[in-house]
Amino acid sequence: MAKHPALIGVYSDPDVLLEAADGARQKGWKHLDAYTPYPIHGLDKALGIGHSWVPWVTLAMGLGGALGGFTLEYWVHVIEWPMNVGGKPLNSWPAFFPVMFESGVLIGGISTFIAMWAACKLPTSKPVIHDERFTDDKFGLLIPLDGVSPADAEAYLKSSGAEEVKHV
Amino acid sequence: MPSIGWWIGFLIASGMLGIGVIVVYILLTRGQGIFGLSHPYGWAFDITNFVFWIGIGHAGTLISAILFLLRQRWRTSINRSAEAMTIFAVMTALIFPLLHTGRQWVAYWLVPLPNDRLLWVNFRSPLLWDVFAVSTYFTISLLFWYTGLVPDFASMRDKAKNFLRKKIYGALSLGWTGSMRDWTHYEKAYLLFAGMSTALVLSVHTVVSYDFATSIIPGWHTTIFPPYFVAGAIFSGFAMVVTLLVFMRTAFKLEHYITIRHMELMNKIILLTGMLVGYAYLTEFFIAWYSENPFERYVFMNRLTGPFSWAFYIMFFCNVAVPQIFWFKKARTSIPIMFVVSILVNIGMWFERFNIIVSSLHRDFLPTNWDNFVPTIYDFGWTIGAFGLFLTLFLLFVRVFPTVSIAEIKHTLPKPADSSKEGVHG
Repeated sequence: MAKHPALIGVYSDPDVLLEAADGARQKGWKHLDAYTPYPIHGLDKALGIGHSWVPWVTLAMGLGGALGGFTLEYWVHVIEWPMNVGGKPLNSWPAFFPVMFESGVLIGGISTFIAMWAACKLPTSKPVIHDERFTDDKFGLLIPLDGVSPADAEAYLKSSGAEEVKHV
Repeated sequence: MPSIGWWIGFLIASGMLGIGVIVVYILLTRGQGIFGLSHPYGWAFDITNFVFWIGIGHAGTLISAILFLLRQRWRTSINRSAEAMTIFAVMTALIFPLLHTGRQWVAYWLVPLPNDRLLWVNFRSPLLWDVFAVSTYFTISLLFWYTGLVPDFASMRDKAKNFLRKKIYGALSLGWTGSMRDWTHYEKAYLLFAGMSTALVLSVHTVVSYDFATSIIPGWHTTIFPPYFVAGAIFSGFAMVVTLLVFMRTAFKLEHYITIRHMELMNKIILLTGMLVGYAYLTEFFIAWYSENPFERYVFMNRLTGPFSWAFYIMFFCNVAVPQIFWFKKARTSIPIMFVVSILVNIGMWFERFNIIVSSLHRDFLPTNWDNFVPTIYDFGWTIGAFGLFLTLFLLFVRVFPTVSIAEIKHTLPKPADSSKEGVHG
């Protein structure tokens, strides 16, 4: 978003930001974003941001990890190194369950971590920090100027309660 | 800023750690014989400490994950330090089985790796389940903790005036800007981590209890062990959180963030889990009597009247009797009382593990084997060293990291945006 020229309005009140974001989306403006020190619920909808795809990665990799754990156990104890212990079946799956569970959680967790940062396009050594107060106590609404006239956007931000409007 | 108290604490903690380092050096050069271990008690202080420290870690995960899922807002003040406690406690715990193996330099044999001799680990062994459970627990806790810290690091980066600090916090924050698009992914991932950690907190101590429960040793071969161990872990973990927070809130003047109400709620959990643990003790005795198994009955009579009965009585007094004081609101909200109780609970829980391990092992099926365990100074030395390691790491943490989750606390301060809407954050 930051590659294109944009306007950013600075707010002190998250409720005002939420209404401003909702209004901007209703105007049909695209690629809106907001900067907040903590997540504000309902803001993703107000900005028109869809659901995160991270949980699908967790599900797929978690199941894959569990299956991988079981495959390793089966291969070791049934194919590669079969050992008869007390006449128990080689594929003694109840005893394989703890490792299967832990491998599922481990692979699922590590993948979630990687997927989350990939989704955020992070880490980056050169973050675009529009305003250092956005991680502290201020809230920002970003309107990219593709197809939106700067005058319109500025007028909208001011009328929606922004304390200041910055060109970024 | 660190007070004189922090420096005194740090000197004591690192001194204790120094004792541990010396013991480990002697262990590595002389071998396992320096400990009081012998036949029939091949396990004593090492496994006691391992189970104790794993248990300490559980309150951290419980506070950060389960209370998060249950939308308990009071967790926000304490979750950061509780999570840090988990990480450091699990690190401390891991030292014990690794050093206990005897040949520490081949500890990687615990990992299922292909090798020249075509030998594999035994996936049917609870000791291997432990390797998987504890390493998964550590990894996920670390990722969960770090994920929670990133927005705070960004906040510290943006507030830092010093160039070096800006660079360090800048690197740690991974370039976080607080964009709502990022928050959407972040929040989902955080929720998933909380879910996974919740499953882990229940599974890890269950697996640790299998080390005992799947054996045939009387006093260990018990189906109540998994829930009993989980309850005990939460009990001791919360006691440790109370001990640490009593110090932290006064030392860093965090009384406004970590209020008496927070402490009181934790004390209520200590009271509840203390009673669960007490119930488990009584159930064990009941089942020993009801099973009519002479070996099982003997072990429990031996716990009450044998050479290690003192350990049993310390455990019972500290874990069952002492927390009952928390029925009174005055006690629950009094800092000196809760501090003393939390220390006693931790002593009691250490003795619980000692009691399970040593009292079951020292008199096995064959009376000619019977012997009494006598710890050596090295046994005490590495126990002290473990406390030193944990406290040193914790003191360093409170010095350099945000001890209270900045992003989450802001959310609970007056006039949160979502007060009337569906909220996810704790």
